[in-house]
Amino acid sequence: MFSPPGGERIMSRLVVENLTKTFAIGFFSKRYIHAVKNVSFEVKEREIVSLVGESGSGKTTTAKMILRLFPPTSGRIVFEGKDIWRDIKKQEDLKWLRRKVHAVFQDPFASYNPFYPVERTLWQAVNLMEKKPQSKKEGLEMIKEALFKVGIDPKDVLGKYPHQISGGQKQRIMIARCWILRPLLIVADEPTSMIDASSRGGIIKLLEELREEQGTSIIFITHDLGLAYYVSDNILVMKDGEVVEGGHPDKVVLQPSHEYTKLLVESVPKLYRKLEGL
Amino acid sequence: MKEVLLKVENAKAYYKLEKATVKAVDNVSFEIYEGEVIGIVGESGSGKTTLSNLIFMNMLKPLTLVDGKVFLKVDGKFEEISAMSREEVKRRFWGKDITIIPQSAMNALMPTIKMSKYVEHLAESHGVEPAELLRKAEERFKEVGLNPLWLNRYPFELSGGMRQRAVIAIATLLNPKLLVADEPTSALDVVNQKVLLHVLIQLKRAGIVKSIIFITHDIATVRQIADRMIVMYAGKIVEFSDMEKILKKPLHPYTTGLLNSVLTPEPEIRTRGISVIPGAPANLINPPSGCRFHPRCPYAMDICKEKEPELIEVESGRRVACFLHQGAKGL
Repeated sequence: MFSPPGGERIMSRLVVENLTKTFAIGFFSKRYIHAVKNVSFEVKEREIVSLVGESGSGKTTTAKMILRLFPPTSGRIVFEGKDIWRDIKKQEDLKWLRRKVHAVFQDPFASYNPFYPVERTLWQAVNLMEKKPQSKKEGLEMIKEALFKVGIDPKDVLGKYPHQISGGQKQRIMIARCWILRPLLIVADEPTSMIDASSRGGIIKLLEELREEQGTSIIFITHDLGLAYYVSDNILVMKDGEVVEGGHPDKVVLQPSHEYTKLLVESVPKLYRKLEGL
Repeated sequence: MKEVLLKVENAKAYYKLEKATVKAVDNVSFEIYEGEVIGIVGESGSGKTTLSNLIFMNMLKPLTLVDGKVFLKVDGKFEEISAMSREEVKRRFWGKDITIIPQSAMNALMPTIKMSKYVEHLAESHGVEPAELLRKAEERFKEVGLNPLWLNRYPFELSGGMRQRAVIAIATLLNPKLLVADEPTSALDVVNQKVLLHVLIQLKRAGIVKSIIFITHDIATVRQIADRMIVMYAGKIVEFSDMEKILKKPLHPYTTGLLNSVLTPEPEIRTRGISVIPGAPANLINPPSGCRFHPRCPYAMDICKEKEPELIEVESGRRVACFLHQGAKGL
């Protein structure tokens, strides 16, 4: 990470400490599944951190706890100095969290209610704002501005229903919400895996722009080591609920030290070289 | 001299719907040689899967072969399979000369039917002794890295990667010359993807199959095993070249864009950056005039809107459909 002039310390935006989630299965004889085991990491201001792992590695469970969708079994998640599971008691505090932490999910189709026009999600964002616009007209202007920011002509989507627009557009509209709410942290769970290759770069660029202009921190949850390598300042490799290796992308990908990371890096198909042992 | 195994000439395969016609494969010609692996790459909706259906004449309504011919070499002579009915092609050639592993084939297995039953079905429909084929299946299972005991198990007991390998083992029991694999790796994790690529290569090395057509949206995967690559855009072949040549210097602007949008964990990627192809994929009901890529192409010229570029050999082993590279030849 860079350090700004004047020796000013970069603030930690999110601190995750010894996060553990255990699911109990069964009624009489209980079985326990340790989905996340003792995970600790830190996300600084304007930092992009990737949680990389295969299905079942616990990366999405970790994301859901950070989004305050379900509680951890033990451990702490501290966002901007507040423990999100212990310090948030009032509705107002929760609203603050919803404003400041934003999610972008894998399936853009599931993020929209098919019975409402797509701008409903944008109006919801407008209504969640700290300083709500004075009039409906002002709100609409903000929505249009946000859509322009993500490269969509408002004419093309306003008044349309989710099935009338493409997956890439839906994902862009989710990011347009971030231009309205200006969150401090975005949790993006496989945001590009259901999008065509030619539009994928656009989504990544939009998230990078947000980071540049607003200093947003981003957590990428992905199984795609190539994506993580390209966008992150810091990669954490997860396996069976544990972080097995972490660090700068060049270190993790080019000189992996853990056996699992080595296997992963060896197996990922490369564009500029052939895999060994085929 | 390389022997041609399959030839497609000016094929047009459309989905004929009540109100509209989707031109999923439009005027496509190519050939596949014996002993090569061909990759077919394109985004969703570019006509890759339709092309695979065309190759083994799986024409089910509303998909219709509007024009063009498909030839398959069987016992040393070309059979015009496009002139036969689907049933005839199915009875005579499927499984024996040409076989396909459709997209998500591993999820198509009935969970309550044992793996061995599928082998018996195959034996029945081709008039082979079931016991003999089962013996062969045991060996083939070993070749794809599965314990033969799995034959007596139910599909749900196998993991995704194992099921995919089992499907490949059963599909190639009758030693078909041509194996068509449609997105065989996309549902698997990277470790299993590599195992599957290895299995495919081994099948070819062992001479069980002669040629493989590998359909995928993932260039980095197909790059590992393909000798030549077909790049499709909006129902057309835009580039068809040796794999290494395309990677070194893509000719069609779409291929360039596609290559530059691939992210793999390699240092080159961080220096290269990622590029975006502006706009959205073409509508196949009412495709753009001239070159179908022109509305998204950074180099579009006037001629691109008016005339359709043909797929022309611009240098040895390189075919491209783009006016930028055709000069006088294309005009």
